[in-house]
Amino acid sequence: MIAFITRRLLLGVMTVWLISILSFVIIQLPPGDFVDAYIAQLSSSGSQVSAAEAENLRKLYGLGEPFYVQYGKWLARIVTGDFGESMEWRRPVTEVIGDRLWLTLLLSLSALLVTWGLALPIGIFSAVRQYSFADYAFTLVGFIGIAVPNFLLALVIMYFSFVWFGASVGGLFSAEMALAPWGWDKVWDLMKHLPLPAVILALGGTAQLIRIMRANLLDELRRPYVVTARAKGLSEFRTIVKYPVRAALNPFASNIAYLFPYLVSGSIIVSIVLGLPTVGPLLVKALVAQDMFLAGTIVLLLGVMTVVGTFISDLVLMWVDPRIRHQMD
Amino acid sequence: MAEPILSVRDLKTQFFGPEGVVRAVDGVDFDVFEGRTLGVVGESGCGKSVTARSVLGIVDRPGRVVGGSILLRPAGGGAAVDLAKLSNEEMRKYRGPEIALVFQEPMASFSQHYTIGNQIGEGIKLHLGLDERAAKKRAIELLDMVGVPQPARRVDDYPFQLSGGLRQRVMIAMALSCDPRVLIADEPTTALDVTTQAQILDLLRSLQQQKGLAIILITHDMGVIAEMAHDVSVMYLGRAVETGSVKEIFTAPRHPYTRALLRSIPTVLAKPRTRLPTIEGSIPHPFERPKGCAYHPRCAEIIGPVCEKFEPPAVNTADGRQVRCFLHGGAPAQEVAA
Amino acid sequence: MAQIDSEKYAVATQLQLTWWRFRRHRLAMVSMVLLFACYLLAAFADFLATTDPHATDARTSYIAPQGIHLFDDDGSLRPHVYGIKGVRDMKTFKLIYTIDPSRKVYIEFFGQGYEYDLFGLIPTRVHLMTLKDAERGDGIYLLGTDLLGRDLWSRLMVATRVSLTIGLVGVTISLFLGVLLGGISAVYGGIVDTVIQRTIEVIRSMPTIPLWLGLAAALPNDWSVLQIYFAITIIISLLAWTDLARVVRGKFLALKEEDFVMAAELAGASQGRIIFRHMLPSFASHIIAAVSLALPAMIISETSLSFLGLGLRPPAISWGILLQDAQNIQTLALAPWLLISAIPVVVVILAFNFLGDGLRDAADPYG
Repeated sequence: MIAFITRRLLLGVMTVWLISILSFVIIQLPPGDFVDAYIAQLSSSGSQVSAAEAENLRKLYGLGEPFYVQYGKWLARIVTGDFGESMEWRRPVTEVIGDRLWLTLLLSLSALLVTWGLALPIGIFSAVRQYSFADYAFTLVGFIGIAVPNFLLALVIMYFSFVWFGASVGGLFSAEMALAPWGWDKVWDLMKHLPLPAVILALGGTAQLIRIMRANLLDELRRPYVVTARAKGLSEFRTIVKYPVRAALNPFASNIAYLFPYLVSGSIIVSIVLGLPTVGPLLVKALVAQDMFLAGTIVLLLGVMTVVGTFISDLVLMWVDPRIRHQMD
Repeated sequence: MAEPILSVRDLKTQFFGPEGVVRAVDGVDFDVFEGRTLGVVGESGCGKSVTARSVLGIVDRPGRVVGGSILLRPAGGGAAVDLAKLSNEEMRKYRGPEIALVFQEPMASFSQHYTIGNQIGEGIKLHLGLDERAAKKRAIELLDMVGVPQPARRVDDYPFQLSGGLRQRVMIAMALSCDPRVLIADEPTTALDVTTQAQILDLLRSLQQQKGLAIILITHDMGVIAEMAHDVSVMYLGRAVETGSVKEIFTAPRHPYTRALLRSIPTVLAKPRTRLPTIEGSIPHPFERPKGCAYHPRCAEIIGPVCEKFEPPAVNTADGRQVRCFLHGGAPAQEVAA
Repeated sequence: MAQIDSEKYAVATQLQLTWWRFRRHRLAMVSMVLLFACYLLAAFADFLATTDPHATDARTSYIAPQGIHLFDDDGSLRPHVYGIKGVRDMKTFKLIYTIDPSRKVYIEFFGQGYEYDLFGLIPTRVHLMTLKDAERGDGIYLLGTDLLGRDLWSRLMVATRVSLTIGLVGVTISLFLGVLLGGISAVYGGIVDTVIQRTIEVIRSMPTIPLWLGLAAALPNDWSVLQIYFAITIIISLLAWTDLARVVRGKFLALKEEDFVMAAELAGASQGRIIFRHMLPSFASHIIAAVSLALPAMIISETSLSFLGLGLRPPAISWGILLQDAQNIQTLALAPWLLISAIPVVVVILAFNFLGDGLRDAADPYG
């Protein structure tokens, strides 16, 4: 058990490290060094940067030194919570990101819950009633869920809600609440706006998970231990829920590790279509404007977030499967 | 002889697949008595396991018991209950306290997600109405009874932490958890090595003596039958072709199929360097059930056209045996369409 | 049936068996035919286009889709469309162009249109449909036009070619990486295997879209359309090879244990012969299935990236770029036909999924 956790933890740390390198590469990629870009940006908006100031900035970021030195300096500052400054907004990156990271997390987690909440019962139902009308219907809906990229779904839903209700369904807050300070009213407002984007985001993953759940459960239903349970005189419901469903949960849980990054990814593009105040629109804008510190930081934070999420889902997996728990006993 | 606990008459179980109907069990009769073991023997695919499941009413879809009766005499006497007529819901009361099942693969027959104590205790809680603690106590006693060492510790183990032999002991403990009167053992020793096999058979025999269990032992192994069974039913393609006491069957087999089966057992007395006789051909595909006597295409003692056209009825011989073969009489009454 | 054909089945190769089983999946067969038709369409994209997909004209901005009228007033078969006319909006005094049902423009088949290279090789001007005696701004606007007055039907044809081929090119790169790294992982095992497997896990646990976006945004602005096309394909495949590598490795390891491989080893076959003569044929069908499931993912990736403005860039045309115009709800309210481009995306991805499913079932009836 300890070996399992250690292994997963190490893998997580490795992933974070790799993501940090990639993030830094992204920051470094645009031609020229970013102090040049910064100066150009400032002067285009009328401010002047003296040669001395520019020199100071260069020294601070270790420009002109080898890649790994620059990376080291960047990493050292990040560890202390200094993510650099957004060129476009001319404010610290952390301030620009603000609540957006938490809203991204909230959206992804809600989508995860929706995915489970839908996929689990539907998957079980489809497997137990294999080849029934409902099974075929869910399979068809599932295929469409897989085939329609979630940004397209968002577009279509937005269009029809506009045509039918004349209202825009975008956003996570009502107009009057968007800038209000946090309070119960604002939380309630958020709760009202959250379900639609969460469902849109969840649909693709749900469709996939239903298929996985159905296939696994069909496998498990054929196992001898199901007959054992029936031979004990258990009711059909109890037999199915206690034994094969429990066994089918196992791959279900291990799929979450890949579902979470997928949802975080999807949240970016869905947020753009629906105009949600998550990091998604900010990231795209930062990339288009080559505001590299902001973009790099967002990539890094999203990466760290998914790694943590994946680690938690591994713990869930361990809890679900006694074989992993007892591996080292 | 006393009244049988369980009598099965003309049991028919069919599978309704998309490509047609498979008659897996096609008119099986047998009786099981208290304290005695009925061995059901036959090649794989002859319907042995389906028979066992039919008795418990747990045939998997698309299979269904379509005819016959499964009469269970209640413990205190009184009129027999026909299990084949019960709904699934009513049947549940009988699974565990009356009839229990032990399987071939002890590994696959346990869920890997619960401790063995949990899986044994489940039936106890359900049928005997004991609470969690009492159920666990009983589970420990059962484990002790079947010879699991350190039962109080083992009860919290998961099935994957046990050896194959131990697992089969736990399986038996689980089957006996609600004091059944009939135990169906479906190839209980096939997956075990020879030594463990002998130990498990010993255990079954001593449990039978202690509790007066009626055992239905399903196997393809004539050796196991010789060691364990009192009565034998030989099955071929969903039918019992010969039924009788173990001694009679082994010393004077009547049906050509039984004879062929017995010939194909290797013995130490055989002359060295002789070929072991085998049965010609193989079991036909379930959809291509031969017309007439199902065994005739492979039969070494075929009489003639009568075997190809008519299905031999069950004939009771003078010594109390039942044989389905024209060699032993029986009028070719009904012509059977394939 | 089993007995009549059993001899045929006994000597069939793995691929033949897969194909026979595959033919029984009706939906997968239909999907395959459909996809074949789509690729055929893509090959003749310019021939099928009616107007230059890049040509802009302020007059034809946001023309609604119009169908082809087959019969003339006298009942004779003369396919035609209507011309456009300018109407002055009395409030804003702006000239607005709309369909003018009073003026017919006849369609000419295999007529001369804009110049293009058929299959990228043969310069020609022949198109399936062009207009005869058209005035400026007239066109066969089957799917309407966009803000800049470009014909969406023609753009969709060209976009289909780009989006479908980007999937193929991307999958080829992924397949190469997947088979190479998955194979190395399985054959060498040990440290090499561990490193590759951990790398795969790391890649799979990263959110892909932010990384793609980051990498794609860093492509120089002055690159040509073709350079960007290949760069985007490579970026997408860099993160997509992991699934294929896992399939290859898994099958490889499973086959290593098979008796026929053992038999070949004992018979003294070389490692190369065992791999290429015995193992590869038995999992080729699995790879084909994995590829057909990887293709739609590629197409979605490209579409998403371009949709966000960080994939292919105009003047390139792809499904994502077409949908980019439909991003804005105000635009959609004005010109809902912009969403039509979503239909081929969904249909093609659905078809690939059905095809992949059918292939996977056929390749491995037990898995």
